[in-house]
Amino acid sequence: MLSPESSAALMSTVTAFLYREARLQDEHQYEAWERLWTDDGVYWVPANGADIDPERQMSIIYDNRSRIALRVRQLMTGKHFTQTPQSNLRRLVSNIELMDEQPGGDIAVASNSLIFESSLRDDTLWAARNEYRLRRVDGELRMAYKKVVLVNNDKAIYTMSFLV
Amino acid sequence: MNMMTGVSPWERLIRPDRVHGSLYTDPAIFEAELANIWYRTWVYVGHESEVPNANDYVVKSIGPQSIIMTRDEQGKVNLLLNRCSHRGNQVCSYERGNARSFTCPFHSWTFANDGRLVGYAFPDGYEGQDKSQLALGRVTRVATYRGFVFGSFAADGPTLEEHLGGAAETIDRLVRTSPEGEVEITAGFLKHRVKANWKFILENECDGYHPAFVHTSIFGVADSMIGKLYGGASTALTRCYGNGHTEIDLRPEFRKRGAPLSWFGTSEERLPDYAARMKAAYGDTAAREIMIDGTPHVMIFPNLFIAEIQMFVIQPLGVDDSVQHVTALQFKGAPDLNRRLRQQTMGSVGPAGFLLADDSEMYERCHRGVLARNPEWIFLGRGEKRERRDELGYTVGHVTDEVPSRGIWTHYRKLMEPA
Repeated sequence: MLSPESSAALMSTVTAFLYREARLQDEHQYEAWERLWTDDGVYWVPANGADIDPERQMSIIYDNRSRIALRVRQLMTGKHFTQTPQSNLRRLVSNIELMDEQPGGDIAVASNSLIFESSLRDDTLWAARNEYRLRRVDGELRMAYKKVVLVNNDKAIYTMSFLV
Repeated sequence: MNMMTGVSPWERLIRPDRVHGSLYTDPAIFEAELANIWYRTWVYVGHESEVPNANDYVVKSIGPQSIIMTRDEQGKVNLLLNRCSHRGNQVCSYERGNARSFTCPFHSWTFANDGRLVGYAFPDGYEGQDKSQLALGRVTRVATYRGFVFGSFAADGPTLEEHLGGAAETIDRLVRTSPEGEVEITAGFLKHRVKANWKFILENECDGYHPAFVHTSIFGVADSMIGKLYGGASTALTRCYGNGHTEIDLRPEFRKRGAPLSWFGTSEERLPDYAARMKAAYGDTAAREIMIDGTPHVMIFPNLFIAEIQMFVIQPLGVDDSVQHVTALQFKGAPDLNRRLRQQTMGSVGPAGFLLADDSEMYERCHRGVLARNPEWIFLGRGEKRERRDELGYTVGHVTDEVPSRGIWTHYRKLMEPA
């Protein structure tokens, strides 16, 4: 258990990290966002609930680190037409909580997010529960794991080609 | 029929090399399609492997209608309409499960999983009522081809085999990818909604002209071999089997390569367990041929698209509202192949897929585009002068030619015109 003081300091560092990640995503700063990942990062957006086995069942996104890089490289081409022109995005991140410590010292964090997307199709509202495992690498926080559970991931959803 | 000219409206809207934009956007035409296509012809509903055990059920659809596919206690597959015969309430609210019966929450009417009404609350109010007249609605005809379950609301008409015609052979080819000869649909579905008419999806599935452009962003960064298959120098073919079924036949290119599992960007060395099981099942020569040819790329009209590694089911909800249900194909007895199929499918399709996010963007832009009425037409003349018949008599063309679209519209017109 952390002391209340160190917990507050950690909360402040984590919150700043999550806000920064949200801004990089909203502003399509793909490479800066990619640099937030550890070398073994896993980016997971399940379908049909929060608890499926991603090794057996389809997920909306289930990227290992090299697939995260591929996703970013596709966005960088400027010819990924679903993001050409780019969606206009703003997201609110809230309900940030430090969760139980993870084996290996990763920091477990959870948050909620509400994302407003304006694209050629229409305006779309997305809501999600986010679970992170953050790790200090060279004194900076990095994402080792991010799971985004869309509230409506059991329904038919529109294209979601921005970084969620 | 227009009495003044003797020309049916469909003949005016559907020409040999062009179709009218209103076919995609007119709500009255969409309603006519529900009646003449979705609620009449054979429509793919589900796969037997989704209800492996007695009393399993899964909720599927035919157009906007919710269909419960059940396996009853006798092992028979039923397609029941999810609508209480009393007041219309939906009797099933979960996507899948195992249940002997469905009890309507409204007035507690209970139906066996073969559709029979087995009881209602306070039965003394129904003195003399024949329960057999109050069963759940059923899809009128149900038929299965190699585990793929189709339904038709028409009491009469072509059999499923007649409907599939030459395209049945593509499903035969598909199941041979399994050392046990069976497809399994077990990986769950992504449901990708698009604000576009369903026929943009239908026509794109065997459009070999677009990949070089729509998918250039991923081909460029992923070191993909797929781009070449759809190039000007490709020997791959488009084919129309009749009844609206269309194919992109990539075998000529894979046979040139002559490398087993090259179709899937891998090799026997990287999937040794699979290669060994295939040779044990089919013998060295046949297994090698199967592993060189790969799986089909075929669009079974109107809603089943087998796309080599995954399967899409197209569902129209409204004139500009469609859902693509998509899952990785899984082959019985092929665990290492199946793992790769799931990984590749997750990367490429669904709402965040490297390929399908861009395809779906095109569907939505096309839908908005055709609302403009000058020109009024969608031009589908590519390759019209060079299409030919293959040895079985099916129309074929270059992989980038619009043979599939022309074949789809020929069949569509037949279905939509009054007999």
